[in-house]
Amino acid sequence: MKENPYRPFPAKITGIKAETDCEFTLTVAASVAMTPGQFFQVSLPKIGEAPISISGFGPDWIQFTVRAVGRLTNALQELRTGENLFIRGPYGTGFPLDTFRGSNLAIVAGGSGTAPVRPLIRGALDGSLPVRSLRVIAGFKSKESLLFADEFDEWRTKGEVLVTIDKPQEGWDGPTGLVTEHIRAMMLDDPADVQFVVVGPPVMMKFAVAEVRLLGVPEDNIWVSFERLMSCGLGKCGHCKIDSAYICLDGPVFRFSRAAGLID
Amino acid sequence: MSSFSFSLEEFSRVFDALGELYALSGPKRFPGKGRFSGTDLVKYAPLVSFDELELDEKSSMSPKSLVFPPDETTFYFNGDEFTEAPLEDERETVVFLRPCDINGFRRLDAIFLENGGTKDPYYLRRREKLHFFMIECATSFENCFCVSMGSNVAGEYAVALRFGQDSVLVQVKDERFAGLFASGAPSEFTPEFVRENARTVEVPDVDEMPPELFLHPLWDEYDARCIACGRCNTSCVTCTCFSTRDIFYADSRRSGERRRVWDGCHLDGFTDMAGGHSFRKKKGERMRFKTFHKIYDFKKRFGYNMCVGCGRCDDVCPEYISFAECINKVAAALKGGDAK
Repeated sequence: MKENPYRPFPAKITGIKAETDCEFTLTVAASVAMTPGQFFQVSLPKIGEAPISISGFGPDWIQFTVRAVGRLTNALQELRTGENLFIRGPYGTGFPLDTFRGSNLAIVAGGSGTAPVRPLIRGALDGSLPVRSLRVIAGFKSKESLLFADEFDEWRTKGEVLVTIDKPQEGWDGPTGLVTEHIRAMMLDDPADVQFVVVGPPVMMKFAVAEVRLLGVPEDNIWVSFERLMSCGLGKCGHCKIDSAYICLDGPVFRFSRAAGLID
Repeated sequence: MSSFSFSLEEFSRVFDALGELYALSGPKRFPGKGRFSGTDLVKYAPLVSFDELELDEKSSMSPKSLVFPPDETTFYFNGDEFTEAPLEDERETVVFLRPCDINGFRRLDAIFLENGGTKDPYYLRRREKLHFFMIECATSFENCFCVSMGSNVAGEYAVALRFGQDSVLVQVKDERFAGLFASGAPSEFTPEFVRENARTVEVPDVDEMPPELFLHPLWDEYDARCIACGRCNTSCVTCTCFSTRDIFYADSRRSGERRRVWDGCHLDGFTDMAGGHSFRKKKGERMRFKTFHKIYDFKKRFGYNMCVGCGRCDDVCPEYISFAECINKVAAALKGGDAK
């Protein structure tokens, strides 16, 4: 075969960082152009393959933040620096950087949904994605399940960052409650002049978007990212299709005005 | 384009000559292998002689397995080395099939060769070797509704054939087969197509399916009736869904294979994500998902409906669910009529 889009390439692991007791960030060496919001098909031979979104990248490295909850992800947790990950991609439509550039960017992320939005925040920090203002609301189950906790202070140098956990907990003096409550409390000078990103578990996205709509943000300014089972990333295997959209091709990032019509 | 007439004995000899040059595939009867005691199974299989070609009964499985096998190795692993699985049979293949299935291949092409702008190389290498020999349908079989789906007529064939009681009429469109049939008596034969089926469906024609139809009570019946066996998916000539499965060999964990295997939207696990989330847990939701793909949202993407009306899903459903009837229910519901 001249071209085989299913053939992954080896990417050497250069760093492993534990985020929580079951989540970790792998850094691999690879020089590939990509856009925040895109994903790779990540695999280990003889174990399996799964779509994993980019949680960070540079000119010659990519990061994947993974929760060990399945056959492949459990095996990924066993990997050591210097071993190979097998990847193909990037796939999908990422965030609309041209629209976000120079905007008032608001990001609401729940749990593992913070991984795909992290490159946007990093872009705002390093100047590759200049924004007029940045607001982040990140929600987690508990203080033990925070992702990227060591970066929150750095994020705050660029904008307003609110990290909340679902319920009050001993040893936590930060905000508590679901992200929806904190969206409701947001004061927006001009809701029509905000680009709003909402990423998280399906139920969280549903209710978070509803709150964002109540703030007066137009549907066209709201961006969501879908997560679905996929086997190919190429629009062939059919797992991620919703209505006429393929999440792997037309998403995973969608304008909410489009996403609202997609019923699983 | 030229046409010829053969006696059955003459055609049988041409068939043998064809088999010297090509792998031959067509519907074949397997006595006693049917779903019920004392019934036969008809499915696509390699053909050795003309008398193996089953013309009296519809195959319960489609010819899609010629380009999309139920289980296909994509890579062999030796440690971390990925080796592309070679194509085991390099021969060109002639497949005897009916107009609906030719139209079915058009739909398979749309997914495997067009969608997303990527050509699936495993599909392509089999598809390129395939030559369609169209069996003319004199009458339609039980459960066929090709006319309603507009797929009773097909033009993309190399050779068309009419099998009579004592003769075979042949129209040769692809010149590569002209020599093989040159021994026949000249004929004026052009294939005809079925113009009506006993079963008709009203295909809804909407640009956007109203959200109410997604939640319509018409789907509830299938919650209880469908048992998620996936036979409708596996028998369908246009179902293309697959899953990737890695395996390792029991006596050497260093070696193994990556395979793709048929999957289906009616089957449990089709949308399961690591961590436990899944979509469409109810069978009625799966029926709705499949139905809309076949008669609504595929068309939104590609401009024509996916279902070709071969009726195999109705033939094989162990719960006697009629897909044709379901399409009619959707059409009725859209009109605000009685959709029970």
